[in-house]
Amino acid sequence: MSTETVPTTVPSTRAAAPVVSVRDAALELGGRTLWSHLDLELSPGELVVVLGPNGAGKSSLLRVLLGSLELASGTAQVLGGPPGSAGGRIGYVPQQKLFDRGAPLRAKDLVGLGFDGPRPGITLRGAAKARAVRSALERVDAQHYASRPVGRLSGGEQQRLRIAQSFVSSPELLLCDEPLLSLDLGHQRAVLDAIDEYRRGAGAGVLLVTHDVNPLLGMVDRVLYLAPAGHRLGAPSEVLTGPVLSELYGLHVDVLDVHGRVVVVAGGSGDDEGLGTGGHA
Amino acid sequence: MSLDELWSTLFDFSDYGALLALLWNSVLAGAVLGVVGGVIGYFVMARDLAFAVHGISELSFAGASAALLLGVNVVAGSIGGSLIAALLIGLLGSRARDRNSIIGVLMPFGLGLGILFLALHPGRSSNKFGLLTGQIVAVDNPQLASLVVVAVIVLGGLLLMWRPLLFASLDEEVAAARGVPVRRLSIAFMVLLALATAVSLHIVGALLVLALLVTPAAAALRVATSPPLVVGLSVLFATTSTVGGILLALGSSIPISPYVTTISFTIYLVCRLVDTARHRGRRLHWAR
Repeated sequence: MSTETVPTTVPSTRAAAPVVSVRDAALELGGRTLWSHLDLELSPGELVVVLGPNGAGKSSLLRVLLGSLELASGTAQVLGGPPGSAGGRIGYVPQQKLFDRGAPLRAKDLVGLGFDGPRPGITLRGAAKARAVRSALERVDAQHYASRPVGRLSGGEQQRLRIAQSFVSSPELLLCDEPLLSLDLGHQRAVLDAIDEYRRGAGAGVLLVTHDVNPLLGMVDRVLYLAPAGHRLGAPSEVLTGPVLSELYGLHVDVLDVHGRVVVVAGGSGDDEGLGTGGHA
Repeated sequence: MSLDELWSTLFDFSDYGALLALLWNSVLAGAVLGVVGGVIGYFVMARDLAFAVHGISELSFAGASAALLLGVNVVAGSIGGSLIAALLIGLLGSRARDRNSIIGVLMPFGLGLGILFLALHPGRSSNKFGLLTGQIVAVDNPQLASLVVVAVIVLGGLLLMWRPLLFASLDEEVAAARGVPVRRLSIAFMVLLALATAVSLHIVGALLVLALLVTPAAAALRVATSPPLVVGLSVLFATTSTVGGILLALGSSIPISPYVTTISFTIYLVCRLVDTARHRGRRLHWAR
């Protein structure tokens, strides 16, 4: 059997296969079309940021890829299979919901659930798990509170555990929903560096939903901007421009460059609320 | 009643050796129940189902008293009642708010039905109300065997779905994203909880099942967070309560439940005090 395969072609074909492939897809929620004619191919090692105002269907796109929401039309493939079939090959950082103070688990237990939580039975050989958990905690600089109860940690500390949890199963695709929420600037940088380092090292594709693209400008490959009047996919410099966003919103929008930061200003009023890049100079 | 009389009513250790030999099966049953209650209690706390346990136990009581009235197997009746309650709660109440209102509706109905069946039953009332308040009767070998079978099913089932159930209980959204069958696990857990509730009912009574399935785990969570340690402590606390309660109650004519609930409450109180003292110590440490 093995003689039939040509060894050199196997890695190259695998590297070329997209981790996410969405074709002519439309999503409806409660009778409303959130987006349609969406085409998205995410390559291994690529980081695509999903931007857009609240209710544009950013988180819902992640849910489609996780298999918990159905497309109204079009197709979605994740890691070569239908959404919902990839298990631990996907790392998921959900939108932040803090744990109760009394939540019965420690920081390392939460990360450990990501390692072997879906498997039946109990953990019998804990050494490999402990190693993986420790290295994931170190990636987000959380090892010093590994044994603290999760419910007694700050929002930022909990969020870093979420990132570590998403790494711990060595996924080929990371889906992150507002991973920078409640992180201070220093930890934003640390978490983004950890995500960047992981995707380069493991060749993992990253789809990251955020309301503020600025902390990511140095590392993002492409931007998917979901808006009420359509969407646009491309390099940040192509998408984050006045004419493109004006078309997407159906009203006049200016994009300002303030010391390398993108600031979106609507209708000349100076009110950028709800426009979705949230950049404040 | 003088204090002396009260004491000798509560604790009577005359002929203790002979009584112990006679009621040895009850002690074993208490130990088995302690292990089951301690383990499943951890998941009850993790899934925030304390109120559901109470709801299930009242319908279990209705099932048991219906069986008593009809003259069929009482344990089977209690299991039937608790399974119906657990499945209703599991199927209709996936969200916490729905669940609590469903339980609030089911619980008095179950209790009322049970009291109706007992009132219709021609036997002596003090025995009948043992289903509500617990009793200590000689557990015969077949009863002990059926208890052990149910315990093995519950513990085996929990062991089999341990990790995914923990994942789904503590971190539902990510578990679902990772392909854990969250809904099916929830139903499966409710079935195991129903079995554990039904067998606990026969020792401590329907009104006090919480002392076995909730209090020990709640106490353990006060002093520990590591899941294996919490489960271990919870089993230790539950077993101490049941076995200790039975040993204290042996000689008296009082139902076993006040002994079990008092021990388990005392353990909880001590754990709370330890927790408070520890945190005060830590605050002082930080303040320095």
